[in-house]
Amino acid sequence: MSAAIETSGVHIASSVRTDAPPAIVLDKVNKWYGALHVLRDVDLQVALGERVVVCGPSGSGKSTMIRCINRLETHQEGRILVDGIQLSDDLRALDAIRRDVGMVFQSFNLFPHLTILENCTLAPIWVRKMPKKQAEELAMEYLTRVRIPEQAKKYPGQLSGGQQQRVAIARALCMKPKIMLFDEPTSALDPEMIKEVLDTMVMLAAEGMTMICVTHEMGFARQVADRVVFMDRGEVVESGTPDQVFNDPKTERLKLFLSQILRGH
Amino acid sequence: MSDITLNAATATPEATPRNPPVATTGPIAWVRANLFSGWLSTAVTLVLAYFIVKAIIGVIDWAFINAIWTVPVNANGVAQTQACRDLHGTGACWAVIAEKHRFMLFGTYPYDEHWRPAIVCLLFIGLYIVSAMRRFWTWVLIPIWAATLTVIGILMWGGIFGLTYVPQERWGGLPITLILATFGLAFAFPLSILVALGRRSSLPAIKVICVLYVELIRGVPLISLLFMASVMFPLFLPEGMNIDKLLRAQIAIILFAGAYLAEVVRGGLQALPKGQYEAADAMGLSYWQKTGFIILPQALRLVIPPLVNTFIGFFKDTSLVLIIGIFDLLTAGKTAIVEPSWQGFGVEVYVFVGLIYLAFCFAMSKYSQGLEAELNRHRRR
Repeated sequence: MSAAIETSGVHIASSVRTDAPPAIVLDKVNKWYGALHVLRDVDLQVALGERVVVCGPSGSGKSTMIRCINRLETHQEGRILVDGIQLSDDLRALDAIRRDVGMVFQSFNLFPHLTILENCTLAPIWVRKMPKKQAEELAMEYLTRVRIPEQAKKYPGQLSGGQQQRVAIARALCMKPKIMLFDEPTSALDPEMIKEVLDTMVMLAAEGMTMICVTHEMGFARQVADRVVFMDRGEVVESGTPDQVFNDPKTERLKLFLSQILRGH
Repeated sequence: MSDITLNAATATPEATPRNPPVATTGPIAWVRANLFSGWLSTAVTLVLAYFIVKAIIGVIDWAFINAIWTVPVNANGVAQTQACRDLHGTGACWAVIAEKHRFMLFGTYPYDEHWRPAIVCLLFIGLYIVSAMRRFWTWVLIPIWAATLTVIGILMWGGIFGLTYVPQERWGGLPITLILATFGLAFAFPLSILVALGRRSSLPAIKVICVLYVELIRGVPLISLLFMASVMFPLFLPEGMNIDKLLRAQIAIILFAGAYLAEVVRGGLQALPKGQYEAADAMGLSYWQKTGFIILPQALRLVIPPLVNTFIGFFKDTSLVLIIGIFDLLTAGKTAIVEPSWQGFGVEVYVFVGLIYLAFCFAMSKYSQGLEAELNRHRRR
């Protein structure tokens, strides 16, 4: 496991595009679940090509925040802009945003009644209006890239957890998104399988994909992240490069969190 | 990269597997374990076996050995049923079936034209069989249904192609049951899916309408709905416009079944993990794409048992149209023994009618088991 936040490799070269407008902007975002204030004045900007890792204790609002980005959750105050388009109740804008934002879930959420290939080709065929043959070739290409092309005709129930998560990543990639959101992708996996999924994500990062990743895998953060954002109780407490956040924590809360992570391993 | 599906068994060879000992598997072992596993179990088995054998012998005696299969008919066409009455209780009088089966099956339909409703019944059965085969689950099913139902309509009504016209009041028996059940469930099922989706809609108007529909319909008995359809409906129609009784009964059955099925489907929609909805949303699928490709296929698979349960129940509920004077299979059976010479042979009539219902309902039940097993193959590893 990632004890003492060792790195599993050389830090991936940065691919941040400063010339393009920011991919994601969160501007004073507030969200309540009933009376519970779960996101407090969250400000975040993610540039195109930037890789952001969000960490924090459970209940800190990390998952809620990234689920607001593709409007799986709605925010009550503040603005969220994805690729320049503001998130609101406008359905067409929402469809445009969701087409370009891919999401990978903690519980994989593969469609169990469809084969792996059908899982991957469903959205390209029906949302991007791709012809079936082209969609299948695309799907096989991505399944090969995540190293499970031989499983294409199987059903998700027949695959291991690590394989299912890699299929989920391939499925999201088949839509050729500009931004990838990862909501604790390895939290439901056995230690042996975590590595195969993280390797896939590192490969993705090396290709310059804009990504926001909520994770507890600090080794991954060290290797891949351009920026680490620490959240606690709904607020962004600290953010900076992995070096700054892990080696030079400024706030007490971050220091407490880091000590717990280190002690836990 | 390690492939986790390679399991450990192939990595290290073990001892070759042996066959299990004979005494613990196979039919003899089952009997020993379940029927004769101890003194109490053996005693219960023997007592139950005695009663079961006695009952079976009794039924065989009554139904076959002592039964009378035909009775003589005198010069006036009245059946001489004295022999049957003497045997009452010890032997079945299947002669009533032999005499009256055409009335029970086809009601007051003209005697010479009975071949038409007979073909109609066979067409319905054929339609069920074709619709059941997964091979036909494509758009081709719609024209098949449309064509078959048109032919059924032509055969029952007549008036064209040289067939004599038979007004709807004379229809009866099995065709009426099948018409009411088939049209009823064929329209109620899509209606129920729409209502179930509507109840979960975020648009308040749609949600309220669907909730009202379900709660109002579920709040009244089917009989009262049939009464309302038959008596009140014409009051609301403009002068001179008349919807015939069968159609009114049909609409009532569709609305009633739709409400119950809607709740069953809604159960399935709720049982689906939220992650499925979220993954479909995150991929940018529209509402109908999500519902049609992801949600409904899974939700309906989940609720096949209660769905088929409701279907079977409604198939038999069609017998309630007796209340508004429509002759379905059960009513025709009852009416067959109103005649003085055949009075009192209700048991044989109800056994006959019951067997017909049983045939259809059991077929539905068996089919649903097969369907469940086939559709859930993806869940088996």
